[in-house]
Formats: sequence, C-alpha cells, structure tokens
Amino acid sequence: MLCQQCKERDAVLNLTHLVGEAVQQVHLCEKCAAERGLPTTIAMPKPTPIGDFLSSVQNQVSAMPGDAARCSYCGTSLRDFRASGRLGCAQCYGAFEQSLRDLLRRVQGNVKHVGRLYAAPTGEAMSQDAALSHLRQQLHDAVSREEFETAASLRDQIRTLE
Amino acid sequence: MTLDLSLLPDGGVPWLAASGDHADVVLSSRIRFARNVAGYAFTARARDGERLRLLAQVRDALPQVPSLGGAAVLRMDEMSLIERQLLHERHLVSKELAGLDGANEVKSAAAVLVSHEAGVMVNEEDHLRLQSFRSGFDLDGAFRAATRLDRDLGSILPYAFHPDFGFLTSCPTNTGTGMRASVLIHLPGLVLTQEISKVLQGLQQMGLTYRGLYGEGSEVIGNFFQISNQTTLGRSEEELVEHLSRVVQRVVEQETQARRVLLRDAGYIIEDKLWRAYGTLRHARSLPADEAMNLLSGVRLAVGLQLIAGLSVYTLNKLLIFSQSAHLAHAAGRTLTESEANLARAKYVRRVLADETGPAGEIA
Repeated sequence: MLCQQCKERDAVLNLTHLVGEAVQQVHLCEKCAAERGLPTTIAMPKPTPIGDFLSSVQNQVSAMPGDAARCSYCGTSLRDFRASGRLGCAQCYGAFEQSLRDLLRRVQGNVKHVGRLYAAPTGEAMSQDAALSHLRQQLHDAVSREEFETAASLRDQIRTLE
Repeated sequence: MTLDLSLLPDGGVPWLAASGDHADVVLSSRIRFARNVAGYAFTARARDGERLRLLAQVRDALPQVPSLGGAAVLRMDEMSLIERQLLHERHLVSKELAGLDGANEVKSAAAVLVSHEAGVMVNEEDHLRLQSFRSGFDLDGAFRAATRLDRDLGSILPYAFHPDFGFLTSCPTNTGTGMRASVLIHLPGLVLTQEISKVLQGLQQMGLTYRGLYGEGSEVIGNFFQISNQTTLGRSEEELVEHLSRVVQRVVEQETQARRVLLRDAGYIIEDKLWRAYGTLRHARSLPADEAMNLLSGVRLAVGLQLIAGLSVYTLNKLLIFSQSAHLAHAAGRTLTESEANLARAKYVRRVLADETGPAGEIA
C-alpha cells in the first residue's frame, strides 16, 4: 500500500484514529510519519552503548539542569548528546565541559589525558575564511595566467566551501 | 565505480600471511587511532561540502605521507553494496563507513585509503580512523606503523586536541589517546574446556573488552574473539599496548594449556570431531556461512595440534575471509541468493583445499 501523504513510498505505519464515532485509517511511509513526529526508525536516534547508558541516566533524572545548553559552534545541545551519545564538534568539549568531566570519570575512570601530546601544524591550521581567501587568490592568479582548468577546479572548491 | 581488487596493495589483507608470532592462535594485531581535523564539525554534523573538502585535504596530503605511498583511494559512496560488503569482510572498513549498519546509508565522501603499511577511513564516526594491521601477535609492529602514520598525517592536517581531554572524538569513549589496540584471536581450546567465560570475565576486570570477529555488535562465531582495550583516557598509548600484550600473552598460554588438556583427556573424541570438520569442508556441496566458519575453526585447531599436515595457516586465514558472501558474489559478478552462495562457498572451499593438499577422489 502506498503512503497516503507522499503517494510515492510504501506505507509502513498503519494508524487507526477515532474521530468522533468514526474510525479512520491512516497509512504512512517512514519518512512522512517521521515528519509528523510519529516514532519511526528514521526519527529515532541511532542507539549506541553510550547512548543507552546516557538515556538510562536521563530516565532517572528526567530534566537535568543545563540540558538545553547548546554548543555555539555546531548547535548540538546537551540533550542531543544524551540521546545519541555523540558530540557535534570539537568545541562541544568546551561547551559541555563540566558534564563531560563527570561522564568521563564514570565511563573512562579518568579525566586527564596522559598520552602523546600534540601541537597542530601552524601553516595549515587556517580558518575556513582564511582557506577561502587563499583559494580566491589562487583563482585570481589562475585566471590571469589563463589556466582555465585549474581555475574551474578552484571555483568548485570555493563553491564547496561556501 | 567497479572495485578492482588488484588495485589494493596485498589485497588490503597482508595480515593473512600468518607470518607473526603465535599465528595459529592470533590471526592479527591491530592499532586504530580516531582523529578529527580542527575547523570542521564532526562527521555526523558536517555538511556534504565539508566532508568533501576533508577528503580532498587528505588526498592532497598523500604525497607527503610515506606510509600511505601507493595507497588506493576508494570512495564508498561510489560503490555497490557488494563491493562495500567485501571491503568490510576484509576488515578494511567499518559497518558504519560502508553503510551496513541498519540505516544502510553511505555518507557522502565516505572513503577508505589502503596502502601496504596502513589504512585510513575518512568520514567515519570520526573524520579519520587510522589503522594498521600486522599478521599474528605483533601489537608493537602495528603500533609503530600506526604511530608513524599518525605523526605524518598530524603534521599536515591540524587535529582537534585538548590538553586535558587529549585527541577529541565524536564519542567520548574514544577521547584521550583515541587508540584502540586489538588482537583477533582463536580460542577453541578454552571454549571446549568451558574455561572461556572465566577468561572473558578476567579480561573485563583488567580493563579490556572482547567482541566477535567483526568488532562492535558482532557475535562471537567460530571461536574467534577480538580483545581490545576498554578505555582510552588516563593511560599512555605505550602503557595500553603493553598491558594488552601482557594479557594476550597470558591468554595464548591458557589456550595452549587447554588444548593440551583436551588431547590428553578426550583425545579420540577431539580427533574425530576435527577430522569430521575437515571431511565436511573437503566434500560438502553446500556450506552455509556460519557452518563454514565453525568447521574452519575446527580445522584450524587440528592444524595447530599438528593432526593435519600439509595445510597452512595462511590458507585457513584466506578461506575464513574469502569464503564470505560478498567475496563469492563479487567473484560471480552478481548478487547470489543464500542457497547459491552456499553452493559457491562449498565449491570455493573444496577447490582451495584441493589446490593445497591434492585432489580428494573427485572426478574432474
């Protein structure tokens, strides 16, 4: 049976609604069901061992303080992390530092890295803006040298970045 | 894109050679480093363009990374399902990278680089998963190769690093060293003497963990176990490797002891069981994957006990990996139904064994 909403994909969710006294059947595909906020495998975060652990903690303390806190770089909230077990970016470690320290103490038994130290290469550690301006400069140079193949490739890289 | 296996240096599986220490018990030793590149969101949050750019950056870095010399670059998002499964069967890619984990979705710009020395998964759960395999029990060799790759790549690409948390990873269970050291080990003696649960419990008490042949979430089959470090923070890379090595050395001794006990106390029963396994592999016309794995486990034990002569551990390693479904489908050039795969598997196993030990009374 086709999904009633998109009429493209097969319906996998069959719902029975009571509207007044009438019984109404609704057949939806996974995607359309997810869009309506119904629980489906698409809408469910992928379970991970740590995700399971975190949700069990979350069930014990239903509304933890700071759950709504978000990482300003990638937008991941502490709640997202508790659901998926995955952080969104390196900056999340700073944004959720206290919660992570507590978590690491429990799951890793430690909060301090004692392994290899690392210093990033200086020349390459450029921001996205710096990389873009560098590419634009290269594009300008390529065009002025009439190297159009190089220019096309650079233009594509710039588009990807933007 | 059609996967040309000849492009893969040593087929991507030089560890099948059975050349390292205790190769009849320990199939392979592996070191994996999880790394992320500063300036990008982690893979799950990254936009398509960011993932593409990251892959381009890794490719650009290749000429400056000696341990990736001659590396094949394989884009997972340009491959068929069978090809991705085949790379997973060779342990070159994770289920997640190959889009084989439930969602069945390959992320854009998901790729794997494979050289003689080492490999890199790009746009996995973390941006980079660097890994090195060694044949047999050689964690030190794998560690040296993976560390070399890590230092070379990290001197070109800026890794995300925090003075307290170490190398930053998408899942905090990997943060710190980002290192997973593991061995793939065959423990039929401990399973048959029913000592295995005690050994596995002991591992957990010592901060180690075990999984099946294909890592996280895979079931233990054919008495093959992956043993690895559980935690990644608070101990140095060298300490973690040394600790795992010490414990694995002890497990190998326990396995050897269990095999001795088996032969002493149940000699003819064991011999009969193992020769029957060999007989089935040599003559069966249809072999389901699980059965083949269990029979290969039996024959591997028989070779280890020197009951069967003229059969190399290398051949058994090869059979273990190359008799799996995606390899058979790739060789046939099409998708196989389960019963077709069982027939193809039996035929392949018979041929390889006959090549090695001579024909077994078959007419052509």
